Amino acid sequence: MIRDITLGQYYPADSPVHRLDARVKITATMLYIVELFLVKNFAGFLIAAAALFAVIALSRVPLRFIFRGLTAVFLIIFFTLILNIFLTDGRVLWHWKFITITYEGVIRAAFMAIRLVLLIIGSSILTLTTKPIELTDGLEKLMSPLSKIGVPSHEIALMMTIALRFIPTLMEETDKIIKAQQARGADFESGNIIQRAKSLIPILVPLFISSFRIAQELALAMEARCYHGGKGRTRMNEIHFHRGDAVAAVLLIGFLAVIIASRQLGSVL
Amino acid sequence: MAFIEIKNLTVQFMKVNEDGSEVPGRKALDDISLEIEKGSFAAVVGMNGSGKSTLAKCLNGLILPTKGDVTVDSMNTRDESRLWDIRSRVGMVFQNPDNQIVSSIVEDDVAFGPENLGVEPAEIRRRVDDALRRVGMYEQRNKGAHMLSGGQKQRIAIAGAVAMRPECIIFDEPTAMLDPKGRESVMKIIKELNSEGITTILITHFMEEAAEAGRVIVMNAGRVLCDRTPARLFSDTEMIERAGLELPPFIELREKAGLPSDITDIEGLAAYMRR
Amino acid sequence: MSITVKNLKYIYNKGLPGETAALDDVSFEIEDGSILGVIGHTGSGKSTLLQHLNGLLKPDSGEVWIDDACITDGSTKLVDIRRRVGLVFQYPEYQLFEETVAKDVAFGPRNLGLDEDEIQRRVRYALDLVGLNYEEIKDMSPFEHSGGNKRRIALAGVLAMEPKVLILDEPTAGLDPKAHREILSMVKRIHENEGMSIVFVSHNMADIASMADKVIVMNTGRIVLEGTPAQVFAHSEELAGMGLNVPPAREMTDKLARIVPGFKSEALSITQAAADIKAFINN
Repeated sequence: MIRDITLGQYYPADSPVHRLDARVKITATMLYIVELFLVKNFAGFLIAAAALFAVIALSRVPLRFIFRGLTAVFLIIFFTLILNIFLTDGRVLWHWKFITITYEGVIRAAFMAIRLVLLIIGSSILTLTTKPIELTDGLEKLMSPLSKIGVPSHEIALMMTIALRFIPTLMEETDKIIKAQQARGADFESGNIIQRAKSLIPILVPLFISSFRIAQELALAMEARCYHGGKGRTRMNEIHFHRGDAVAAVLLIGFLAVIIASRQLGSVL
Repeated sequence: MAFIEIKNLTVQFMKVNEDGSEVPGRKALDDISLEIEKGSFAAVVGMNGSGKSTLAKCLNGLILPTKGDVTVDSMNTRDESRLWDIRSRVGMVFQNPDNQIVSSIVEDDVAFGPENLGVEPAEIRRRVDDALRRVGMYEQRNKGAHMLSGGQKQRIAIAGAVAMRPECIIFDEPTAMLDPKGRESVMKIIKELNSEGITTILITHFMEEAAEAGRVIVMNAGRVLCDRTPARLFSDTEMIERAGLELPPFIELREKAGLPSDITDIEGLAAYMRR
Repeated sequence: MSITVKNLKYIYNKGLPGETAALDDVSFEIEDGSILGVIGHTGSGKSTLLQHLNGLLKPDSGEVWIDDACITDGSTKLVDIRRRVGLVFQYPEYQLFEETVAKDVAFGPRNLGLDEDEIQRRVRYALDLVGLNYEEIKDMSPFEHSGGNKRRIALAGVLAMEPKVLILDEPTAGLDPKAHREILSMVKRIHENEGMSIVFVSHNMADIASMADKVIVMNTGRIVLEGTPAQVFAHSEELAGMGLNVPPAREMTDKLARIVPGFKSEALSITQAAADIKAFINN
């Protein structure tokens, strides 16, 4: 079960998108997310979606892989829809007892849902086409100007690498501990809030001890493999800015211009 | 001079009292002297808590001696300026396959050691590919580490050590958490690496694995109880009993059948039975 | 107590791409007071099966019966299942959490809603059963013990629930030879004295051969072999194909039988193999 989480998962393939410099991809994803909130009308979303699907086609990541990531957040999207439909004031389209649906509500709900879906797909494209190590290396490089003012960019990047690596391990560990305590009759579901909080102690204590043990063992293993900070470290895959990256950057700026221009079309269409 | 020289090595951890003050605790290692020759294969056995792992961690400077010295290739582990030289010459593989893999993707993890050593990118690529081929995991190089079986993870950990081009690898109970197939594949790789000239130190609870080594060092309560060839160790049932060990299956069979001790393997036994 | 498992099926990722049957049409029986050995490589479905036996997982179809109670029909209370079936996971010492040994062992009985006198009686009984001295260790922290003793304390935590069926998932993993032997003889003693049915999972085929009355072999979510240890370990080639092996005694006698004309042995223990070889030489 836990093995199938797509969030932060990498899909190995050889595509123009995979080959892009991680720094370009991270910047593009951040800009894309900002743009999604600049979009004012459906035409803008259409452009954003078209651009996204062009990137997906180029990336050779199967669509079902991308949509699997969506199923996990389906509930969030659903509630956003519901809340926006029923809680927005405006021109009444339909009314029954205390339930009112407004024209503005429908538009707003649709906007939010489209935004969320595009946002999630957009960011999963980043993680699906970029190896975790490239992602963190890219972040490290992007943050490196900050290291002059004392921000430990290498350490932050390494922490992210390790965090990504240990998410599945710690989730399995938690699952094991919960089951082991359940087998001893532990009940996490009944009682008032204080009793429930108390019932978490048999999980939290072993989990804390396990995390500590894992951290200790990992630190030893890293030391044994000569880890001594970012100084003098090299990389197997150095990040290089290629022609493809320049092309991507130009396309990105063009896309940004089109999105801003689309705002002139009005607030709905 | 031997590749690794251990002289009067004593390790004593500090114990924290309830009032927060520190006092010297039990001696984890007590006046140990050993030599490990280049290219040799030594097994270290003994009960949990006998000091095996502490000893292993002294050999690459993960733990420093309280008293005595450890020298690797003429470098003292106390000499901080040589620490990375020592660790690049003496690689280490730990028991828990999950807790020694740093990166999510197989080949990135194998590259971690050489990257720390500041090796050129093109050379790292060559080393990583070579190391992955040697442990038979080249095909899986782009996979996520959490998708692999325990045995495969352990092979990645071995590749991670091999990619540093060490002269010696210490294996600290590498098969303890594996199933029969995983154990078999890991043992096969260990023997291959040793036959290619890598000095091998194997800590294990499995006597049939210890029997593969050229010598077996038996630890008990922080001391070396004995240091012999497997044949001589396993013919001494009193020693086996004292150290809380057991006989490897073949030796147990030979002893129980009351056969002469110059029969050392199944082929020998078959020849004896055919006579 | 007897356990009957009927056509158990459990699917991972139901309805998603990558849906796989973790358990596929699994049926078997454990007779009252017997020991069932379960073998299979990592990922063969063993753990999933064990978790069905005490209601931690619910099957997609099929039934699990403990004596005359069906625990999969949804009407049985979970506490009642856990009162009957005790499950000891791999490396159980990692679940210890209380300040003192006695409190930790009391966790299970307390969850059963027993009164304080009964809880204390059971803590004493369980620690005694695993061979630890109650008076000596009851107020100690469970974390200041050796690996082998921590495991005993964790085991006591399950035994204190006085289950009628005890499930042990690789109880000797990672232990040194001496602690290994001690845990095994402890399990045998508990089985003989308390008459529990035991499900015993191990990668150590010699242990399986010496402990189990019956063995099931799991592969890709199915039971592929079933029978007495002698019957199951007669299939050495099939087992090797699944990444498993046979007890060392059998491996050695099989090898001998191939190269020594006239020698035959079906030994599962070293003692038996030695006797067979002696008999062959004396003939």
